[in-house]
Amino acid sequence: MEKIPILRMGHFLLVTIQVDLYDRLAVNLEADLVQMVNKTGARGVLIDISAVSIVDSFMGRIIGNIANMSKILDAETVVVGMQPAVAITLVELGLPLQGVFTALNVERGMELLRNRIDLDLNPEDDDDDAISDAD
Amino acid sequence: MMTTQLVTLTKDRMVVKLEQDVVPFRNRVKEHATKIGMGLVNQTKLITAASELSRNMLRYAGGGEVLIEVVSKGRENGIRLTFSDKGPGIEDIKKAMQDGYSTGKSLGLGLPGTKRLVSEFDIKSVPNQGTTVIILKWKNG
Amino acid sequence: MKADLVKTLQKKKKQILEIWMEKQLADAGLRDDLISNEELRIQSEELVQALVQSITEKNLGNVESSEFEPVYEILAGISLSRAKQGFSPRETGIYIFSLKDSLLQVIQEEMRDDPAAMYAETIRISKLVDSFGIATFETFIKGREEVIYRQTNEITEISTPVIRVWDGILALPIIGTLDSSRTQVVMENLLQEIVETGSSIAILDISGVPAVDSLVAQHLIKTVSATRLMGAECIISGIRPEIAQTVVHLGIDLSNITTKASLASALRHAFSQLHLEVRKKQKQQ
Repeated sequence: MEKIPILRMGHFLLVTIQVDLYDRLAVNLEADLVQMVNKTGARGVLIDISAVSIVDSFMGRIIGNIANMSKILDAETVVVGMQPAVAITLVELGLPLQGVFTALNVERGMELLRNRIDLDLNPEDDDDDAISDAD
Repeated sequence: MMTTQLVTLTKDRMVVKLEQDVVPFRNRVKEHATKIGMGLVNQTKLITAASELSRNMLRYAGGGEVLIEVVSKGRENGIRLTFSDKGPGIEDIKKAMQDGYSTGKSLGLGLPGTKRLVSEFDIKSVPNQGTTVIILKWKNG
Repeated sequence: MKADLVKTLQKKKKQILEIWMEKQLADAGLRDDLISNEELRIQSEELVQALVQSITEKNLGNVESSEFEPVYEILAGISLSRAKQGFSPRETGIYIFSLKDSLLQVIQEEMRDDPAAMYAETIRISKLVDSFGIATFETFIKGREEVIYRQTNEITEISTPVIRVWDGILALPIIGTLDSSRTQVVMENLLQEIVETGSSIAILDISGVPAVDSLVAQHLIKTVSATRLMGAECIISGIRPEIAQTVVHLGIDLSNITTKASLASALRHAFSQLHLEVRKKQKQQ
């Protein structure tokens, strides 16, 4: 049976979906990913869907599930590289994936995760400090 | 004298019986949509709608048949898909078409969302006999 | 007796055309700026020719007869070209109905001695030309609709420019009403540009949108949600006080969307999101 590979990159897990997912494959991915988060203690999950041309409500729900499950295991999920046509369709379908972080590409996704996790480590840091740091 | 009527240009039939049939079926729809020059966004909407409906058919009726037609009306071309199954049917179509009915975790119907993705949507269902859903997506609509 | 009419018309073809041309050229509303007299004559002659050729004793009472197809075709052609040339519907109508006058004039002259027949034939010819008139209007409107259709497409294309205001910041001023087909174009252009430029912030400026009702608000919310799914932030700017009022009165929830009064403040917000600072330069003494 086909499997979607899950790569470990430091504190993060990276999943690149390259094929059109049929249901069984998506369900397996959900299970594998949650297992991996638990096993590796990963703090973040990146799901790259830049090669995916269709996300229907089933796929959307799987992504939502992964995010919620990871959250319980203390890892943030970022969906990266969504195609414009897919984004428009999801919104029209009424599935805006609330609660899932998004980024333009893997690099930005990593950056986002790093910021999120840093913030978690130093909760007293607020936005103003972040700006003065940048100066 | 000058009424514009819907004309069917080509017909194609496909059986969706297994989960693995969904991806080839989507590809077939995509082929037809590409052939008539449908834009990427409308294509994606149509295929997503097709995916939703074929999934419903699998889940609630154990599969069924889909008729893929290229249709034309006046200056517009489009794709019409007819999903017919011999499943248990839908008791209350009105309820199934309500937004929110679909968001339940177990009920994956998503009919109102699917309707928003296409230009025309029609559903007929007889309890214990089956359900027929017809969707139509115009090339530019 | 009755068969005479068809023959008469065929015989008097030249005369009909002459009377018709005379009437058209004498009309105060003659648009010689839009069509030359020469062209008008060719057009009219073609129509008279087609008419007398397709008219028979049998079909005279039946305006739907397929034998009139060539006449309807010519009429459609004339009507479409006139719609595009900018003739008013009235002018095109007068064109067809002055043909009726000419036909009736010929009938009157020919059947002077038989008022009963003249009356019957007048009604039949009137009905026929009236039907031509209706067909002309139908195609005239169709021609106009085509013009509108083309212009609508052009407007949608030119009215949604996506501007790169800064590295990583896009702005999209929306001018005019935001309906669902326009929203689709706006979304597509914006999202495509986000991918191409790798921008993380998009500003949707609605100063040029005349009114925001719940439907327009919904379109805006959809655009913002789609932008978010791509991994970028969408700010809505250019919200006039009246719009803020209607939004609240209609009970539209925009709390999940970053809104700013002006494009300038949206830009300021974008800068701070990207940790950028715009400062006045110290004066050099």
